[in-house]
Amino acid sequence: MSVVELSTPLDEGAVRALHVGDVVTVTGVVVTARDRAHAYLAGADVRGELPFELAGGVIYHCGPIGQKTAAGLRVISAGPTTSARMNPYERLVVERYGVRAIIGKGGMADELLETFSRVGCVYLSAYGGCGALYARHIGTVVDVFKQEEFGAPEALWLLEVQGFPAIVTMDAHGGSLHREIRQRSRQAAADLGLP
Amino acid sequence: MDDALARELVELYRRLATELPDDVVEALREASETEEAGSPARLALDAILEDIAIAVRDRVPMCQDTGLPLFWVSVPPGSGLREVTDVLTTAPRRAVAEIPLRSNAVDPLTGKNPGDGVGPGIPVIHFEPSPDERLHIRLLLKGGGSENVGRLYSLPDRKLGAGRDAAGIRAVVLDAVVRAQGMGCPPTIVGVGVAGSRDAAIALAKRQLFRPLDDKPARPEMASLERELMEAANRLGIGPAGLGGRTTVLGVKVGVAFRHPASYFVDVSFCCWACRRGTLDWPPEAGEGDA
Repeated sequence: MSVVELSTPLDEGAVRALHVGDVVTVTGVVVTARDRAHAYLAGADVRGELPFELAGGVIYHCGPIGQKTAAGLRVISAGPTTSARMNPYERLVVERYGVRAIIGKGGMADELLETFSRVGCVYLSAYGGCGALYARHIGTVVDVFKQEEFGAPEALWLLEVQGFPAIVTMDAHGGSLHREIRQRSRQAAADLGLP
Repeated sequence: MDDALARELVELYRRLATELPDDVVEALREASETEEAGSPARLALDAILEDIAIAVRDRVPMCQDTGLPLFWVSVPPGSGLREVTDVLTTAPRRAVAEIPLRSNAVDPLTGKNPGDGVGPGIPVIHFEPSPDERLHIRLLLKGGGSENVGRLYSLPDRKLGAGRDAAGIRAVVLDAVVRAQGMGCPPTIVGVGVAGSRDAAIALAKRQLFRPLDDKPARPEMASLERELMEAANRLGIGPAGLGGRTTVLGVKVGVAFRHPASYFVDVSFCCWACRRGTLDWPPEAGEGDA
């Protein structure tokens, strides 16, 4: 199986070349953002306020566990959280800030596929629950923005990642593995007698 | 005794956050063998098994969501409920700081997360009488993703064609699994509670999540219902991580209580594959003292 190696910041061409089913690794910097951070990013335009650049960036739906060590803050567990909760905000966040990839679990609303196609963005699935596994691909914690105000799980963690593995499950060509599986499972349920 | 018990509870938290029960690991291993080599389902299960191994080896939480603590405590006669409650609510504070766990207790009005993992309503504690002279503490660290996809149904449900019988229960369980898709970290363990009040149905469904996967109900019709529900759920093709495959659930466990003639509630509660359940008996050995 071939693996597409992506480096941040992602350029539009690299993102548009991806298709559902592609296995990728991400190296560079990702920013965690979940419920609270999405409400914040989708509120007023905060580009001037963010201590990092989101254009060409990767958002990771994740609330990590950090541990203070002599060598500084270290992430010990950091798997994906359910992305569907971010559905109400993501279109605006992707469009306004120029985000090129989202990592999460469970997939996102079909409506986002139009945005992904128009601006060039993809959704990457990571395996839910595998926090210890993904932490091994996380290096330096560059910053934890809004920790005081949002609390650690909801803060925006700026993380250096190395070879972070994921699968393209929503692409910039209107494809979604989640839509496919949802339709297939509904058909299977109908075959089992569910209306 | 309180401090010794609190220490043991912190160790229980550590064990649960970093080590899955053997029956769940075994079920995941067996599931991996039934999925085709190289398939998304197989890759997901192998990643899960690797995650489990790393967590044990490095003594780190397998999942960053270290859950909402759900206690079921059997209390012997003469135990002070206040004392026991105090220990159960102080231990999580220490566990969050020492292991560390993620602090998952948030004020819903201010959005403030005090950072110590406890607050009004957290942990959730259910008490029941102990069958003997010891305290039996059952704890489940329940992930938020799987909690969010749980559903409560009131039967009959016309849309689902679900009546007040086993076929109706089957219909709502399948509906809940289809709606959950990959959001609750499948393969999940499904707890079903049938009762005459909404709170009783939910509590009964959650209680089922503590049953070992090979636990069979005494009533034969219940055993066959559980088996049938599991087989049907695994025909939906949602699969591990919701990326397709044969293994959508590791088990379906059903609890039934009596109901009011007017009411028929069925709750479907999910536990993610990271089913971090375990027990602590206190004192550790029967007859070890009058704790």
